[in-house]
Amino acid sequence: MNINDCFNCRIRVENVNFYYAKSQALKNINLDMFNNNATAIIGPSGCGKSTFIRLLNRMNELIPNTNLEGKILLDGKDINAIDTDVVEIRQLVGMVFQKPNPFPKSIYNNLSYGLEVKGIKDKHLIEKRIIESLKKSVLWDEVKDRLHDNALRLSGGQQQRLCIARCLAVEPEVILFDEPCASLDPISTAKIEELIVELKKNYTIVIVTHNMQQAARVSDFTAFFLLGELIEFGTTEKIFTSPKNKKTEEYLTGRFG
Amino acid sequence: MKKNKQNLGFLLIYLCIILTLLALGLIIYFITIRGIKIISWEFLTQAPRAAMTKGGVFPVIFGTFYLTFGSILFSLPLGIACAIYLCEYSPKNFIINIIRISINNLAGVPSVVFGLFGLAVFVKFFKLGVSILSGSLTLSMLALPSIISAAQEALIAIPQSQREASLALGASHWETIKRIVIPTALPGILTGVILSVGRVAGETAPILFTAATFYKRGNPKSVFSEVMALPYHIYALMTEGTHPEQQTAVAYGCALILLFLVLIISAIAIYIRQKQRSIYEH
Repeated sequence: MNINDCFNCRIRVENVNFYYAKSQALKNINLDMFNNNATAIIGPSGCGKSTFIRLLNRMNELIPNTNLEGKILLDGKDINAIDTDVVEIRQLVGMVFQKPNPFPKSIYNNLSYGLEVKGIKDKHLIEKRIIESLKKSVLWDEVKDRLHDNALRLSGGQQQRLCIARCLAVEPEVILFDEPCASLDPISTAKIEELIVELKKNYTIVIVTHNMQQAARVSDFTAFFLLGELIEFGTTEKIFTSPKNKKTEEYLTGRFG
Repeated sequence: MKKNKQNLGFLLIYLCIILTLLALGLIIYFITIRGIKIISWEFLTQAPRAAMTKGGVFPVIFGTFYLTFGSILFSLPLGIACAIYLCEYSPKNFIINIIRISINNLAGVPSVVFGLFGLAVFVKFFKLGVSILSGSLTLSMLALPSIISAAQEALIAIPQSQREASLALGASHWETIKRIVIPTALPGILTGVILSVGRVAGETAPILFTAATFYKRGNPKSVFSEVMALPYHIYALMTEGTHPEQQTAVAYGCALILLFLVLIISAIAIYIRQKQRSIYEH
């Protein structure tokens, strides 16, 4: 049975090649990511994981001298088409970065920024959304009494959950996590993982991770990248218990990477 | 042994700091000692009389204020816009590199050359005459490079992750610059302005041929009037005239006022900068 028959494909990547100047970072990638599922992208450093995930909300455009071939379809629409508005794509496809990057503003303003940028002026609606997203990101209880404190005063883990809340506030449908726990302690990591498991009920999630246990814990599908190539893709269970490709097996068992 | 070396290092560093402070302290001390005698209410509020030996220097102070303010008015928006273009929009290519190098070199142009440039371009070519406008424009040329490079440094110091965070939320490039990058960079930009205000207020050569006059009755009527200005006034008092002794006293008085004005301007800017910082750091 084909995977695509039982899952709803949200993002389809077709024959994607990506170049930084002359060097090729991604080679002929074909990959589907499904609605209400978390897809983990794993692989050793420099395999193109981050490059790949940053293509999904057109973040790589910021880097000069890059070149993309192939198509990335979000609900069947080419996100790189000339008539596609990059702002719309980024509102639909949110992103949480490797290092927490809150703005040097208050907690409240960190969250209201995305809403104001989206054109929402209604103060009550903004406040409602802020509270909702803080609750969703399980930060509400820790910050409800100090919403007007500077966000930089929060701990690293809290900052990352704030970044998740900030992302949720603009109501995306897809959330990209680029190694969200890379700079966090184990307790904060556990909290974020729980959160991702919770979020995938309502969102399409793509997560890049170095941590294989993390991929196993949070994801439904796993894609293994090596040197810019997609080596293997399948359900997380399959990939971790009976990988088809020898390289995947070697990586998972820690023989390289 | 290691400890001794470290202590020696610290000692040298302290020595350098003390020498620097000493230089500043001595300047303030001597100018104050020599200038304070002549400072009075009359000196600050009256126009000069009797070949500069009587009366005060009010129009001179005012002239300096006009010129400084005018030059900042031109150079601040231009400088910030230029820095934003160079940091945020410009492609990284050969021509942009040439522009960057040119701006850095502009900072090294001697101020008297700016004065001649102002005379040729603003006074003669644009027919603005010897006026506040010509002087302000010439001074703004002088202030531009330091404002641009300070603003550029402040913009570069904003981590790329801040820009990415904003863009990923669906903000446009301009919204990101306007609402995230500039507010965060503002304290750094203000530092550049502080430095150039000090320099602009004290420059003599650029206004020598473009704005300043030794004596003019009354306050300037419009931006097309010539003005008296503190630095040029000091220069003129020390080199011209027939009452060297009284004129020297007036010159030191002017020097003290100039010093004081620059300190006030800097203090205001530092205050703004500190306030900005406290918003972002706590």
